[in-house]
Amino acid sequence: MSDVPKPEELAKVDHTSPLITGWMNSPVEIKKGVACYAGKPKNLEYVGLPNPREWSPLDEDWKLPDNWKEIILDGLRERLERFRSLKIFMDICVRCGACADKCHFFIGGGDPRNMPVLRAELLRSIYRREYTTAGKIMGKFAGARDLTVDVLKEWWYYFFQCTECRRCSVFCPYGIDTAEITIIGRELLNLVGLNIDWISAPVANCYRTGNHLGIQPHAYKDMLDFFVDDIEEITGVKMEPSFNRKGAEILFITPSGDVFADPGTYTCMGYIMLFHYLQKMGLDITWSTYASEGGNFGYFTSHEMAKRLNAKMYAEAKRLGVKWILGGECGHMWRVINQYMDTFNGPADFLEEPVSPITGTKFENAKGTKMVHIIEFTADLIKHNKLKLDPSRNDNLKVTFHDSCNPARGMGLLEEPRYVIKNVCNNFYEMPENTIRELTFCCGGGAGLNAGEDMELRMRGGLPRANAVKHVHEKYGVNMLACICAIDRAVFPDLMQYWIPEVGVIGVHEMIGNALILEGEKERTTDLRSEPLHGMEEVEEAEEVKKEEKVEENKDV
Amino acid sequence: MNFIIGILFSLVVVGIFVLIPWVGVWAFDLRYLFGIIVPYAAVATFIVGIIIRVLGWARSPSPFRIPTTAGQQKSLPWIKQNKIDNPSGTIGVIIRMALEILLFRSLFRNMSLEFRGGAKLAYEWEKWLWIAALAFHYSFLVVLLRHLRFFTEPIPAFVRWIEKLDGLFEIGIAPFAGFAAPGILISGFILIAALTYLFLRRLYISQTRYISLPADYFPLFLIIGIAATGILMRHMGVFMQFIFKVDWFSVQVVNVKELAMGLVTFNPKIPEGIGTIFFIHLFLVSTLIAYFPFSKLVHMAGIFLSPTRNLANNSRTVRHINPWDYPVHVHSYDEYEDEFREKMVEAGLPVEKMPESQTEDGSGTQEEAEKE
Repeated sequence: MSDVPKPEELAKVDHTSPLITGWMNSPVEIKKGVACYAGKPKNLEYVGLPNPREWSPLDEDWKLPDNWKEIILDGLRERLERFRSLKIFMDICVRCGACADKCHFFIGGGDPRNMPVLRAELLRSIYRREYTTAGKIMGKFAGARDLTVDVLKEWWYYFFQCTECRRCSVFCPYGIDTAEITIIGRELLNLVGLNIDWISAPVANCYRTGNHLGIQPHAYKDMLDFFVDDIEEITGVKMEPSFNRKGAEILFITPSGDVFADPGTYTCMGYIMLFHYLQKMGLDITWSTYASEGGNFGYFTSHEMAKRLNAKMYAEAKRLGVKWILGGECGHMWRVINQYMDTFNGPADFLEEPVSPITGTKFENAKGTKMVHIIEFTADLIKHNKLKLDPSRNDNLKVTFHDSCNPARGMGLLEEPRYVIKNVCNNFYEMPENTIRELTFCCGGGAGLNAGEDMELRMRGGLPRANAVKHVHEKYGVNMLACICAIDRAVFPDLMQYWIPEVGVIGVHEMIGNALILEGEKERTTDLRSEPLHGMEEVEEAEEVKKEEKVEENKDV
Repeated sequence: MNFIIGILFSLVVVGIFVLIPWVGVWAFDLRYLFGIIVPYAAVATFIVGIIIRVLGWARSPSPFRIPTTAGQQKSLPWIKQNKIDNPSGTIGVIIRMALEILLFRSLFRNMSLEFRGGAKLAYEWEKWLWIAALAFHYSFLVVLLRHLRFFTEPIPAFVRWIEKLDGLFEIGIAPFAGFAAPGILISGFILIAALTYLFLRRLYISQTRYISLPADYFPLFLIIGIAATGILMRHMGVFMQFIFKVDWFSVQVVNVKELAMGLVTFNPKIPEGIGTIFFIHLFLVSTLIAYFPFSKLVHMAGIFLSPTRNLANNSRTVRHINPWDYPVHVHSYDEYEDEFREKMVEAGLPVEKMPESQTEDGSGTQEEAEKE
């Protein structure tokens, strides 16, 4: 964070594009704070990605294979044959500019190459040169240019400055989706070993240990046991999540970020509490250490890698013999499940059409994939009055909700989280309508960009979202940003700290955990973060004193 | 390449396309070439080009269902689905596509960003692009349909209605008694106004200026040229003749119709009394038609095939097949357990196969022993 300019400095963004020099003639400078680190050779080797080597984007020599040009052009031809989307998006853009000021990176940074249209032109210019007659004959006059190492570097720099959030595709009159361009652009780059560390390391980890942080099975269980202790301390209730249990009815898969890092860990505690609460009502659910990652970093590498990592979900469901799968709060995980999973690794004919064991509701919208979003599951529980909730336990919070890009624009999960939030807290305020639902702004760190070394890029990309949060913070006193995505929970704390330090970040199931009235629980004085509940500040202080005295006594003994 | 070169280049090219028929007809009397061969060649190029283009697109599959969902999904029965912006079935997709194609629904969402110092963002009303786009496309369509009067005998009723509607705004400009000026048809003027706006907008906004290619200016200038020559013929011919006693823009409508009918009935002939201006108009139109399949103008066909718009968001309900799907390497559970078995057992996690040290007799199974 220390290298990032101060917010007042960063906020001075100039959106004017250069007047005389065209973009093809202005060189790209690869900047620290924007560029991510290169993927490490051992991680590439582990999953068999091409050209593993030590290299740095700040070096002149990127150590490309000798026939890199041939590899890229063959790769492009192959992808044009495989993806109608790519072919059409290469051909039909009219450069109307409607997408230009819709991209969070352009809004927060002003770099014209971050206009979605220009990001796509980076690829289109090569497509024209190689595959169109006009491009071959007329060159720059037809918007074509030769593929050079500099072009490749430019691709790498800018395809790793797009979070595949799809906001531009909502505005495009032809539905041109920059996410599709970026996904395929990254596939091409990976063919010659150009990638970033914060994607290739999680990919290797997910492949090996099942989750992106490389947590081994025993450590994964340890983490959850640790949460169980915390929950017992806060609620007085002991819970027993089960792992890798054969014959369970439901398999639960959530992004591993929730197991490892605050504030996602509190969301994870919320899951454990919800499952415990429902256990007596007939919920039979197991966690898995093998399929312990909902998120799919493969999706930020290539379609093939996405398929390879996603395969674990069905494989584990089959091995354990469950009936269906429940998925945790996550962003791109749900785009993959909704739009790719069945095609990648289906048919899941060894599973059954999901039915809530508590309410009997059939999740007909998931009858193909057999995988239900936990927000859908919980919303259904609340609708059927199956949860005893005390929303006042969230009275310290004035909440606004951030629609994560992928569940919004790659699925349409808009009302369910709002319904849940309104039932578990008393103070909910929407951000301005141009910044929520299908028009939501990215957190600035999706699609593998939530690294540490690109902090300036993240703070810039998150500016539009932060600005909307600031608006409701100033207007309604909002102090908590709720979300249903693990990357959000990893990215937003830094972003809020930078732009609006008064606002915290919370997962929706953490709020459920706070509000849920458990059987046999003691009077709660704190929330899951061990912070005093509204009106409990004094009680909590007294308890703290008591505890300290006890410790003192013990010491004396 | 910057905007100055882009604009100049496009202007010069359009200028050349005006000069070619002008010189050709006026100096060399190549009426047969410009009146018959060029239009036929252009239409043939258009048909073949579009077919090749669309088949080319269609040859590549849509392996994954990737609609942009711009509204609430179909989920629990008590949650209202947005059936148009997030369609789960064919009817929803058809309505979504119809709104997209007929009303430019996505463009209607446009708003402009207002960036104020200190990171204050505001989103301003910006429907001008949408309005201009609609005005351009629909006035162009009306002009096109009006021209059917040249290619049909008898003229269909709907063409007459369109013409009537188009002339509703007629402002009698007969300056002299007994002077019969043809009625003003508003569509041509809207067409030029919209094109002018689109050009100025492209030039004025720094971002669009930066991304614009000659391929963006050229069609604008070309269509402006077509509309201008059309308007000159229709509205200025008699006027010029009357005032300046020149017949530059005079065209005998009856003769033009004879030529057009000849073309569509494959019985082409060049009648007398058609001025050079008509051949310029016709040549520019031919250029546009022939240019169409090879340019960004194919968005007209491409929009129908756009996978983010023409697919239903039903991939959790219905299985879709990727035609080029291939098997991939995965890290199986067995490989995983083999690596972590001891640690798993130690942590009390269930395993498929007990490690050797943990089996009943403490020395592993016979098979395992043999392997070693």
